[in-house]
Amino acid sequence: MADFTMPSLGADMAEGILVGWRVEVGDRVKHGDIIAEVETAKGIFEVEAFSDGVVAQILFQAGPEAIPVGTVLATIVEDGADSISPPVAAERMRISPAARRLAVENRIDLDQVKGTGSGGAICLADIEGLIGATTAKVPAQKPVETKTSSDFKSGMRQAIAAAMSLSNREIPHYYLATDIDMSRSLRWLEEENRQRSIRDRLLPVILPLKAVALALKKIPELNAHWVDDQLQLKNEIHIGFAIALRGGGLITPALHNVDLLSLDELMAAMSDLIKRTRSGKLRGSEMTDAGITVTGLGDLGVRTVFGVIYPPQVALVGLGKIDEQPWAEQGGLSVRPVLTATLAGDHRAGDGHQGAQFLDTLKRILQEPEAL
Amino acid sequence: MEQQLRKMNYRDALNEGLREALQKDERVFLMGEDVGRYGGCFAVSKGLLDEFGPERIRDTPLSESAFTGAGIGAALGGMRPIVEIMTVNFSLLALDQIMNNAATYLHMSGGLFNVPLVIRMATGGGKQLAAQHSHSLEGWYAHIPGIKVLCPATLEDARGMLWSALLDPDPVLIFEPAVLYPMEGELSADAGPVAIDQAKLLREGKDLTLISYGSCLHKCLEAASILAEEGIETDVIDLRTLRPLDDESFLASVAKTHRALIVDEGWRSGSLAAEVSARIMEQAFYQLDAPVERICTAEVPMPYAKHMEEAALPQVSSIVATARRMIDG
Repeated sequence: MADFTMPSLGADMAEGILVGWRVEVGDRVKHGDIIAEVETAKGIFEVEAFSDGVVAQILFQAGPEAIPVGTVLATIVEDGADSISPPVAAERMRISPAARRLAVENRIDLDQVKGTGSGGAICLADIEGLIGATTAKVPAQKPVETKTSSDFKSGMRQAIAAAMSLSNREIPHYYLATDIDMSRSLRWLEEENRQRSIRDRLLPVILPLKAVALALKKIPELNAHWVDDQLQLKNEIHIGFAIALRGGGLITPALHNVDLLSLDELMAAMSDLIKRTRSGKLRGSEMTDAGITVTGLGDLGVRTVFGVIYPPQVALVGLGKIDEQPWAEQGGLSVRPVLTATLAGDHRAGDGHQGAQFLDTLKRILQEPEAL
Repeated sequence: MEQQLRKMNYRDALNEGLREALQKDERVFLMGEDVGRYGGCFAVSKGLLDEFGPERIRDTPLSESAFTGAGIGAALGGMRPIVEIMTVNFSLLALDQIMNNAATYLHMSGGLFNVPLVIRMATGGGKQLAAQHSHSLEGWYAHIPGIKVLCPATLEDARGMLWSALLDPDPVLIFEPAVLYPMEGELSADAGPVAIDQAKLLREGKDLTLISYGSCLHKCLEAASILAEEGIETDVIDLRTLRPLDDESFLASVAKTHRALIVDEGWRSGSLAAEVSARIMEQAFYQLDAPVERICTAEVPMPYAKHMEEAALPQVSSIVATARRMIDG
């Protein structure tokens, strides 16, 4: 039997709101099936099952309360298990409505409360006594308010704040930048796009994105997570792609297996991802399995992006605007479209030499666009 | 300025209210069994015949349906009749007039005809008048849309509710707990009309809300004094108007005390206490720290024997005991 728990959809997530179930008790599920929707500070995500089996129990119903990460939400019985034991009806707690409300408001664990009311019922005085005791011990602790969807915007800000503070506090960043001559790539792209309908045209950002994936095959140490003081390399190349939200804030969902996608497939995957991000239809796995993040601010004319790594990842690639610049080469001066690519690297996980190799590889790949 | 207080009883206060109404508005007249020469079966209208004459203080035959119907007709014709029915048990003979005519005309005439009728009647037990004169059916009347239902429990309300009821454009029923007629008290010299759309908080406390009306209100006040000596502080609310109920008053109190006990002389099943309890549950569920409780009259025809009648009715002792249990668990 496997527990389906409130998933952690990123280092910045401590709790989530169960928006709804996609399954019922008795439904058969496979690994990867979407079984629930969870709302975090960053939006609503579709969450997949982690094991095959049959849904045996649903322990939480959808509701506005925030549920801590790791809380068991449902149990899934493996195929072939003898039988599904019927859900055991827990004996309902004797507690007055007013006491229950006060306990929830103050995050009091009701299992630990002994009732002194009629028939052992927990009443207001019991909860008030506990609140008095805890506030006496920990005077600085203020009651935590229940989060609801209406807190979404400030919640998003807080989530970003938590993740970025963690990053700057714990990750010793190093930064590298390189200028890449994009004339070959863009010429090739122009040629490609000429043969396509407007709908199917490729955006320039596709080329460096694919190139990052191919460069990571050569420098796999940058496609990794740093967990418990150890580098865990990723077998697959999933790239987190920073997408700004119209209402403020950003999300970095993953594009999966970028190295294996053709440019057309990558273009389609990116369009789909942006659309789903902005409509709040991301999947849980897309929030957690990226091994590196790519962020681009070239749209707004930024030439060089020095980013903050999204933990537990160990690197972040920044892409600036592809801009015409004077370019000196072999004693001559010309004007070329130039892309400044940067790398923010985790110095615990690797060194600048490695980062330099990565940027150099990236640069070389973009000189041979046909190979993309 | 110091207010001058006058000693009088509940019956005197009612009489004063009647006199004032008869003096103020010549469209007002009183009609009922024995209201004139006998002075009213509970002596409420004593002296009024001499003062206002037989045109305005009219004795009627023993025919509740007929004289209540006549009252409706007079009201429709522009008068302001006060119909007295001896007890609520006898009012059942006039129920067709009250419910099918008085309460419905405004609706059935499309708003053309209103019925500015006031009907007074005695209600309740406690006087050993047995099973045909002692019941508390005001809760039944509070079920009917189209009428207002009042129950004065204090001298101030006995004196002041009548005039406000006469000003109301629609039928108003006033229930006078028979056991309160001889109740002594003090009334301010300048007592006058009172609001008839609000309940009243008569005593303040933090631990429990006692909700009542009529004769049981006084039992609640007595119980509250006993409980206060034990350190249990209670809000005591006089509902005063049974239809429409003033929900805000008892909801605000329950929000403070988190416990409510309703004391109602009606029979428990389908009682006014049940209605108040349901409203608390509907609108203040998350304020409750204990189940709402009710003390009502035993579901039997009212016994004649004194000790049996006392056993059937809500008493101070049962209110105190229930309140203690609700607080101490």
